[in-house]
Amino acid sequence: MLAKLFKFYGGVKPPSNKTLSNQQPIRPAPLPSRLVVPLHQSIGGTPRPLVQAGDPVLKGQKIGEADGWISAAVHAPTSGTVVEVAMHVRPHVSGLESLCVVIEPDGKDEWIAHGPADRAAMSPADICQFLQEHGIVGLGGAGFPTHGKLKATPGVPMAELIINAAECEPYITCDDLLMRERADDIVRGTAVFRDMLQPTRVIIGIEDNKPEAIAAMQKAVEAQGEAFAVVPVPTLYPAGGAKQLIRVLTGKEVPGAMRSTADMGVQVFNVGTAYAAWRAIGHGEPLISRIVTLTGNVRSAGNVEALIGTPMDELLKLAEPNPDTDGIIMGGPMMGFLVPNEHAPIVKTSNCLIAHSERLFPPKAPEMPCIRCGACARACPHELQPFELYWHARAKDFGKTQQYHIFDCIECGCCSFVCPSRIPLVQYFRFAKSEIWAREKEKKAADEAKQRFEFKQFREEREKAEKAEKLAKAAAAQAAKKAAEAAAASDAPATEQPAEAAADPAEAAKKAAIAAAMARAKAQREAAQPKNTDELTPEQAKAMAEIEARRQQAGIVPEPADALPATTEAKPE
Amino acid sequence: MDILLAIAIMALGAVVLGAALGFASIKFKVEGDPLVEKIDAILPQTQCGQCGYPGCKPYAEAIAKGEADINLCPPGGMEGVQRLADLLGREVKPLEAEEKPKQVAIIDENTCIGCTLCIQACPVDAIVGAAKQMHTIIAQQCTGCELCLPPCPVECIHMEVIPETLENWKWKYPVVAIQPVATRPSAEEAA
Amino acid sequence: MSHYLFILVGAVLVNNVVLVKILGLCPFMGVSKKLETAYGMGAATTFVLTVATGSSYIIDHFLLIPFGLEYLRTLSFIVTIAAIVQLTEMVIAKTSPTLQQTLGIYLPLITTNCAVLGVPLINVASGYNFVESLLFGAGSAVGFSGVLILFAAIRERIEGADVPRYFRGSAIAMVTAGLMALAFMGFAGLDKYQ
Repeated sequence: MLAKLFKFYGGVKPPSNKTLSNQQPIRPAPLPSRLVVPLHQSIGGTPRPLVQAGDPVLKGQKIGEADGWISAAVHAPTSGTVVEVAMHVRPHVSGLESLCVVIEPDGKDEWIAHGPADRAAMSPADICQFLQEHGIVGLGGAGFPTHGKLKATPGVPMAELIINAAECEPYITCDDLLMRERADDIVRGTAVFRDMLQPTRVIIGIEDNKPEAIAAMQKAVEAQGEAFAVVPVPTLYPAGGAKQLIRVLTGKEVPGAMRSTADMGVQVFNVGTAYAAWRAIGHGEPLISRIVTLTGNVRSAGNVEALIGTPMDELLKLAEPNPDTDGIIMGGPMMGFLVPNEHAPIVKTSNCLIAHSERLFPPKAPEMPCIRCGACARACPHELQPFELYWHARAKDFGKTQQYHIFDCIECGCCSFVCPSRIPLVQYFRFAKSEIWAREKEKKAADEAKQRFEFKQFREEREKAEKAEKLAKAAAAQAAKKAAEAAAASDAPATEQPAEAAADPAEAAKKAAIAAAMARAKAQREAAQPKNTDELTPEQAKAMAEIEARRQQAGIVPEPADALPATTEAKPE
Repeated sequence: MDILLAIAIMALGAVVLGAALGFASIKFKVEGDPLVEKIDAILPQTQCGQCGYPGCKPYAEAIAKGEADINLCPPGGMEGVQRLADLLGREVKPLEAEEKPKQVAIIDENTCIGCTLCIQACPVDAIVGAAKQMHTIIAQQCTGCELCLPPCPVECIHMEVIPETLENWKWKYPVVAIQPVATRPSAEEAA
Repeated sequence: MSHYLFILVGAVLVNNVVLVKILGLCPFMGVSKKLETAYGMGAATTFVLTVATGSSYIIDHFLLIPFGLEYLRTLSFIVTIAAIVQLTEMVIAKTSPTLQQTLGIYLPLITTNCAVLGVPLINVASGYNFVESLLFGAGSAVGFSGVLILFAAIRERIEGADVPRYFRGSAIAMVTAGLMALAFMGFAGLDKYQ
């Protein structure tokens, strides 16, 4: 099928080094000695642990419950015993820890009862829920929960569904091998997405340096009689970026500020996500393993199907790293990072482990000053001006970096790659971005604190006023009592009473004024205090009446409303 | 004679201009001071009173009036001073007090006697509890102002520095460390 | 007509108030840290300088010269300019809060700006008529604003540059201003074609 292709601006052509690892079929990785499954594996909330130390778990058993809509469940990758639920190091640049479930495999690899979803009986919302329950997240890198993307923006017809199989980063071949060997399941998964989104076209974009994968996919699409277009796209980094691939395949340019491409009627899924979705829908298997490329400074590079939670160093041993290996890069050489702790586990988004050595990745020569040659601006696929961004990020002038659209940067690394002065541009941009986010958070916290402070002051004022009023009320009651006593004392000469009242008209007027003020304040309070007893169904009213009657019997008389403090704050004793 | 004329003319000018200014100041009087709002927006809103004013707003007012210096706010840090200096066109001064990392108050629940004194001291209502019941601090709302420390009769409140987690972790400023080339981080990390 | 053009170009470039006449250096150094503030200052100065030149011409011609009081120029100019600036500020504060936000804080600064006094004095000394005076005032002001904005843009860049520690801040700003002044010397060559 011939399709008109478009071009995106910039891009670079780093040496791809893919033949290192795409010569062998996918191997299953043996069970590791211990699995450390981080609960937080996708964008969104941290799933709540469902197991505790000592619990036996089965393969595929849910161990973390999704926390909110943008979050996905986490499952036990194999059967065994939970050793602990504790903080362990995460595969993250910071080397910080997060809550993980540590499982000791029992070697039986025993599945929990599972089965395919009955799609005919399921509504789209049910399927979304099903995918969330099965922990399906985007396997391309960001790890966005898949079910969150399976809904068209209201009012925007879904034009294209794109399956992203470009795999533009050097060294990585996990999607390539997945397509060569498991094309049928990918096509079935794509069909699930197609049924959910109802797009006019389905395009599978594959970089043209993977002819075997293209052929396999075409065969699978034909075999299943689907109308998906398998389109080879020119090899150019970063053609696998969602916005770049959309541009190449459809000619549509996604505005930088747009959060979801669904607003433009395009949705993109990674090829691995389509496969994982079918394993869940068609077989009931949650996402507990993924294909990981092991490459770099190793003797037998290749792809393995590894369980989520396998420690990286243990997994890399399968590829027999050379003795001079001195680190592991997770992800590709362009966007990946050197993991600070090699015991960190494989997570759902770990697509590649590269054994690092100085021979393979010679240390960069020292950074030189920016000469404003503009090479970075020519390479930037988002048409930004990295040299300007760099200058302002370096001077910590974050307002200016935002003027130059720093948040459009996808951190693809093209600018750093081409920089003749070897400036780590992306590091500066990441620094600026996280600094801006932190500031925004701080600002929000400050605003909230201000609001709370102002409310407290307001409340204190109000309480003071209320107290004064209560005092006035008590004084008035006292005065009334006195007056009554006086009246009782002088009851005998009844004729004198009007004279007495007349004798003190000033006090009477004062009392009347106080009473009026009290009535006003009471009315105001009642108007201000929301009542949950205003709109009641007859049943609720009846139930309330019954409760009231019981209370009366038990001698509990509800306090009058105005005696309650206006807020929930405790009063000092 | 000349000098008298000169004096007369200058006096006349002074009277005319003075009258015009006086009239304008009455006619074009503006209420409120937008500057206070701007200053208040820069302050960190911890309401801690470390500046010597009861809250951030009073301090902002004092700065706007020129009564207070701009370097009295430790939670705002040097950065806050810098931004105030930019706004007001004043010289940047070093902070009066020491800059502290962000903290949060923690109540030792075993020692708390439920006196509610800290609840009243908290400027942002970040402490919950009732009389003779244990109190606790809503860490999210706590501004780390330390105002609850002095009223506590049993000293059960202490400050803890907020630890670095994955949520608040930030990318560091790229520093080119001068090291022997052999142990430098690789090209990949930089990319 | 070309006569007016010469006055204007001369005031903007050849006899630039800041870089050639070396007047008004305090705002040039003080309000040039950020481009935004430079814009505000430039706009405020342009306004004040034009008005000040015009009004001082009127004072000079209808009050001082008829009574032979030229020796009171400096004094009366200062008073007039200060009063006008104050008046303008009050009116702006009341009528246009947005303009007040951009110009407001700079107006009082301008009152005591030596360029604002210097330009009217140079103006009366040059013997221009009223229209020429206004042009000269406006030209000088444009020159001032232009140089201020250029300088602020350069200083923003310098913030990110690797300036040797002892040169940071005012020192490098002075060096930059000096280089700019040298560059503006080049405009002196325009004189030939006058």
